[in-house]
Amino acid sequence: MTTIANLSVGERGIIQDVSFDKVPLKLLEMGCIPGKEVELIQVAPLKDPLYIRVNGSHLAIRKETAELIQITKSENLCEVLKS
Amino acid sequence: MRSAKVIKVALVGNPNTGKSSIFNQLTGLNQKVSNYPGVTVEKKSGFAKLSDEVSATIEDLPGTYSINPSSLDENIVLQALLNPANQYPDIVVVVADVENLKRNLFLFSQIKDLQIPTILVINMADQMKRKGISLDIELLKRELDSEVILASARKNTGIENIKKAILNYKNVKISTIANIADRIDADFFKKVKETFKDISLYKSWLLITQHHNYPTLDKELVKRIKTFRVDINKLKKMQNRETILRYQYINNILKKTYKVDTGQATGLRFKLDKILTHRIFGYVIFAGILLLIFQSIFDWTSVPMDYIDTAFSKLSEYVKNNFQEGVFTNLVAEGIIPGIGGIVIFIPQIAILFLLISILEETGYMSRVVFLMDKIMRRFGMSGKSVIPLISGTACAIPAIMAARNISGWKERLITILVTPFTTCSARLPVYAIIIALVIPNKRYFGIFSLQGLTLMILYLVGFTAALSSGYLLHKTLKVKGNNFFVMEMPNYKLPSIKNVLFTVLEKTKAFIYGAGRIILALSILLWFLASNGPTSFKNASEIVRGENSELAEVELNQKIASYKLEHSYIGIAGKTIEPVIKPLGYDWKIGIALISSFAAREVFVGTLATIYSVESDDDTATIKERMAAEINQDTGEKRFNFPVGMSLLVFYVFAMQCMSTLAIVKRETNSWKWPILQLFGMTTLAYLASLLTFVLLK
Repeated sequence: MTTIANLSVGERGIIQDVSFDKVPLKLLEMGCIPGKEVELIQVAPLKDPLYIRVNGSHLAIRKETAELIQITKSENLCEVLKS
Repeated sequence: MRSAKVIKVALVGNPNTGKSSIFNQLTGLNQKVSNYPGVTVEKKSGFAKLSDEVSATIEDLPGTYSINPSSLDENIVLQALLNPANQYPDIVVVVADVENLKRNLFLFSQIKDLQIPTILVINMADQMKRKGISLDIELLKRELDSEVILASARKNTGIENIKKAILNYKNVKISTIANIADRIDADFFKKVKETFKDISLYKSWLLITQHHNYPTLDKELVKRIKTFRVDINKLKKMQNRETILRYQYINNILKKTYKVDTGQATGLRFKLDKILTHRIFGYVIFAGILLLIFQSIFDWTSVPMDYIDTAFSKLSEYVKNNFQEGVFTNLVAEGIIPGIGGIVIFIPQIAILFLLISILEETGYMSRVVFLMDKIMRRFGMSGKSVIPLISGTACAIPAIMAARNISGWKERLITILVTPFTTCSARLPVYAIIIALVIPNKRYFGIFSLQGLTLMILYLVGFTAALSSGYLLHKTLKVKGNNFFVMEMPNYKLPSIKNVLFTVLEKTKAFIYGAGRIILALSILLWFLASNGPTSFKNASEIVRGENSELAEVELNQKIASYKLEHSYIGIAGKTIEPVIKPLGYDWKIGIALISSFAAREVFVGTLATIYSVESDDDTATIKERMAAEINQDTGEKRFNFPVGMSLLVFYVFAMQCMSTLAIVKRETNSWKWPILQLFGMTTLAYLASLLTFVLLK
């Protein structure tokens, strides 16, 4: 398990758990819910905030929030193809 | 049946769905903006003719992602749909964007479950082919148990169908769709049903979770609500569960009805994002756009502004010369016309600024700026979203402070509100312009950089620096509770709709004219009155002066009488009273009058000096600048507006909180007098000390 904050640009993962007690309802309502795939699209120049695609939505969230969203990294497609 | 029925329609939807475009297509220019009672949230409503007999009032509610509000704006949606104190809409039109249908249906399902007549409009249907989207509309209608209309505000298609659906509002099926209550907590909702027999289940659930957002509920109802609010954590968990189940429900529907061929989706968004949020190009492009904004505000507007200025002073002169002399003519020529002129002159700047800002917002670029700037702004206690108020502040602090509303963290929003008045608004410009023209030599370096222009730029930079550093100070000292949560949609890029942009410009300009304009006009009339009336020594001015200076010639005598009159008018007395305080800054009582009156609005400073010097002299043809340049300091015999005094005044206006309307807005937005008072004293003290220092150093 890792968090969205540890993804590199272009990497994907599946949301496993969201620290519901610390994350406001709004993030969930905008589509950030367990079981959904999340992709890190871009990181702002000063490493924060993060630009993600999740559940069909494109969102910008701060690193501190990203650290509260547990994911499992998806197999990197490129590496799979190489092997 | 009545012959003229008016249907009340509420337009609801996510931000960036083109909801406002649909609104503009439905109503055309039959729109008005008013304020919701008690709050400053703008209420946009319009009028649409549906058939020969029936018309509709359409209310364009603020964009929201959910019925559970997380900001002031979003709260309005809850209020409009559910507050018993409001008149409920006859029908709710939910506007969705075909590209983000999933998230849009989340809001739709919530509103549908409220059991009020609801229809769904899927906008941007013209984009479906290009984005590789196919949609089974008939199946979607059945699954959602609702009328679904495909539309494109841009191509003006489907608008007639929306009108027809609104006409048919009485036959809209009322039903709940996402029946998930039992899966959240069956026992809990069984009790809810028993306790709120008279209210639909989802409404009761919102009463329980959002009861603090309903200002007026009767005591008996509150009592019933309280029995369910024992374990707040449990409620929060249930809300989370509701969200997850709702998305499951929507996913199941979309699996059957909605297909995206991702191969067709263009990579334009991806490419643009790579450049616009790039670590170097991103900032370079943003800086370029800022430069363009400032350039256009000053360069493109100088011609129309000069034109307006000349037109009004000619008009004033015309009235003076062609109408019978008297109090009324004086009021019109010296009070009302310059007053109106003082408002009209800002229209070019405000219009151009909002033109550019609304283009940046419409295209989706503004979200990228927020993304780029968030980390930097956080060091100064603000959020990336604070960039929009700080840029808007260069036109006027009032709409800028209102734009701070979508900052969800209270501390970040508060700091943004408190520091925004430091940015150089267009009202400071006339003050700067005239003083710079008086005290800074008109020199050019390398043929392009003019010393006067450079001075103006430095004043702007000092303003921004003051905003950022006071933000930093507040960030370190303010103890305010509430977390600064940040989540923002990154909308897809699109071409701005000309209609939307023009409507926004029109709306903002109108709001400025009516809002700020009224105050400026009223004050110029009041000022004129205070300068042309006074206690007994004012009324007997002629005899007193003649008695003291019997040997003077008539022309000189008249001038003496005029200045004696001014000195003893009500406003002169006020200026004299504060003279000891402002003397260390290099000002006299006449400048004091201008300082007092410009507290209403900064630009009044120039008008006041114009009024003062014109009341004093008979020479009507001289411009304000010529009169100010001719003014002599009686103590030293030098020019009144010399370099140290001019610089001291410039510095004063950079920092001072000289705007009543801004204070009023801050009070309303923060809901407390504490913050505007802090702002007033903090900024005025800073202004006083800084100009004192400037004057002492330069003297």
